Amino acid sequence: MAFWRQYRRNVAAVIGLAILLVVVVMAVSAPLLYPGDPWDMAGKPFIWPFQSWKFPLGTDRLGRDVAACIFHGARVSLLIGLVATLVAVVVGIVVGAFAGFYGGKVDDVLMRLTEIFQTIPSFIFIFVVVAVFTPTVPIIVLAIAIVSWPQLARLVRGEFIALRGRDFIQGCIAIGMSDLRIIFFQALPNALAPVIVTASVTVALAILAESGLAFLGLGDPNVMSWGTIIGAGRAVLRQAWYLTAIPGVAILLTVLALNLIGDGLNDALNPRLRGRR
Amino acid sequence: MSAILEVRDLRTEFRSEAGTAQAVDGISLLVGRGETLALVGESGCGKSMTGLSLLRIVPKPYGHIVGGEIRLDGRDLLKLPEAAMRQVRGNEVAMIFQEPMTSLNPVFTIGNQIVEAIQTHRDVGKAEARRLTVELLDQVGIPDAGRRLDDYPHRLSGGMRQRAMIAMAISCKPKLLIADEPTTALDVTVQAQILALLRRLQDELEMGMILITHDLAVVAETASRVAVMYAGRIVENGTVREVLRHPRHPYTQGLLQATPHARKAGGTRRKLAEITGLVPSLYDMPPGCAFAPRCPKAQAVCRSTVPTLAVGGGNVACHFPG
Repeated sequence: MAFWRQYRRNVAAVIGLAILLVVVVMAVSAPLLYPGDPWDMAGKPFIWPFQSWKFPLGTDRLGRDVAACIFHGARVSLLIGLVATLVAVVVGIVVGAFAGFYGGKVDDVLMRLTEIFQTIPSFIFIFVVVAVFTPTVPIIVLAIAIVSWPQLARLVRGEFIALRGRDFIQGCIAIGMSDLRIIFFQALPNALAPVIVTASVTVALAILAESGLAFLGLGDPNVMSWGTIIGAGRAVLRQAWYLTAIPGVAILLTVLALNLIGDGLNDALNPRLRGRR
Repeated sequence: MSAILEVRDLRTEFRSEAGTAQAVDGISLLVGRGETLALVGESGCGKSMTGLSLLRIVPKPYGHIVGGEIRLDGRDLLKLPEAAMRQVRGNEVAMIFQEPMTSLNPVFTIGNQIVEAIQTHRDVGKAEARRLTVELLDQVGIPDAGRRLDDYPHRLSGGMRQRAMIAMAISCKPKLLIADEPTTALDVTVQAQILALLRRLQDELEMGMILITHDLAVVAETASRVAVMYAGRIVENGTVREVLRHPRHPYTQGLLQATPHARKAGGTRRKLAEITGLVPSLYDMPPGCAFAPRCPKAQAVCRSTVPTLAVGGGNVACHFPG
């Protein structure tokens, strides 16, 4: 496949993809490898990593298995990152496509709306939403999606403004296609490359936002997230630094991987950069 | 000859912060069944905008059709609701554009795009639409149509792409084809092939055709009647023979003198005459004849009164036709 050949040329992007695959495998295998509740006490507290075969990553101050927490945390992080991004992409595409395709008053109204959301500091906004409603996974996903879509909307709008003037779109209109069909089935496929690139970075930002929320104790108290582990380990940072370091590294690697993938996709999907490497 | 298209006093405006421009300023046209009308003029004279107005697809949000009648088989297209108008586009009136390089969607195969065009107006299944597409590609002279179907546009040459565009345009057997500079972007040899193809298809399908062009050689070869446009208005019309042999409007005369001809063997090189000055800005039109500032024969009346076609005896909009 031409796309994969192009993507493969960026070594960092391939490494990023490999890391992400590991995280995905962790997320998928969590209920098989660690079928119990990760919140349950599993052994003695404060077992350091690599000291016990039973607990390769040690236990925390309540005797919970850190490895189980990391595996289950991967599920939560990926789920929230992906779903929030999906929602943001759908909303961003719809708003951006209509604004860019129609221009004029439609554009004015939709872009002012977008700017309202863009001017709100995103993390504070997520706080407020989660504080006002209950901190459950769907609410967190929604809050992150709300702060993520404006960027995508602006991107899609720019693409559509450029596409609107292209002859083949005029041709579709001249053939008698409806606007909706032109927007979603003719123009959108031409605008998808930059959207995919931006979406990969949006996933990373969503994972960071969720971790930050959980670290501050504002996450869903029923799910084990990487941020939750860091938050819990913070109090015992001096006795057991590994409790913050291990999930910290997990977040770092996942976010880094997604950014590397974003760069790789940009190189592979953006024809203007082709052959530069 | 029954008229398939009758345009009366069509007016299209562009409204922007810079002001209002009369891109199409009271144009009347008549196209018979199976007849070709050439619409000639310089860039920016409103000929493309006339074509887009006929399909009611002037660029939003600045362009507006503000008046006139567009009668297709007697039915006024300007009075149709948008949904009904969509049924006309591509089905009864089709259009092909200047740039075959950008007129096809780069992410779909040409077969895919023609199938889409067919299915937009005809209730046929995918397999049947594909079969029709092969037939169409065959009809427009694309060799090995069965395999070309699955090629992406970038794999085709300019001429082949224009053939694919034409296949798409005739897919629903339109009554009228608007060809906006269909050969301008092509090599001369390919131009001749495409024009021959259009003529052949026109005979086969009995389509009326409006050929928008700035190339008088194309007009001479393809059209039966011609309308010369200047600054949004028609300044002269008539049969191709009349207008090209005996142009009466000073602008048409200038246009013909500015057209290069291939030098005959042993003939002398004729110096091309240019028309001095520039086309007036549509935002700042002179009060009288739009051509008056550039016209060698302009008098006081030219600068104060807009000449109508009636002034020149029906075929030429000039106070002092030659």
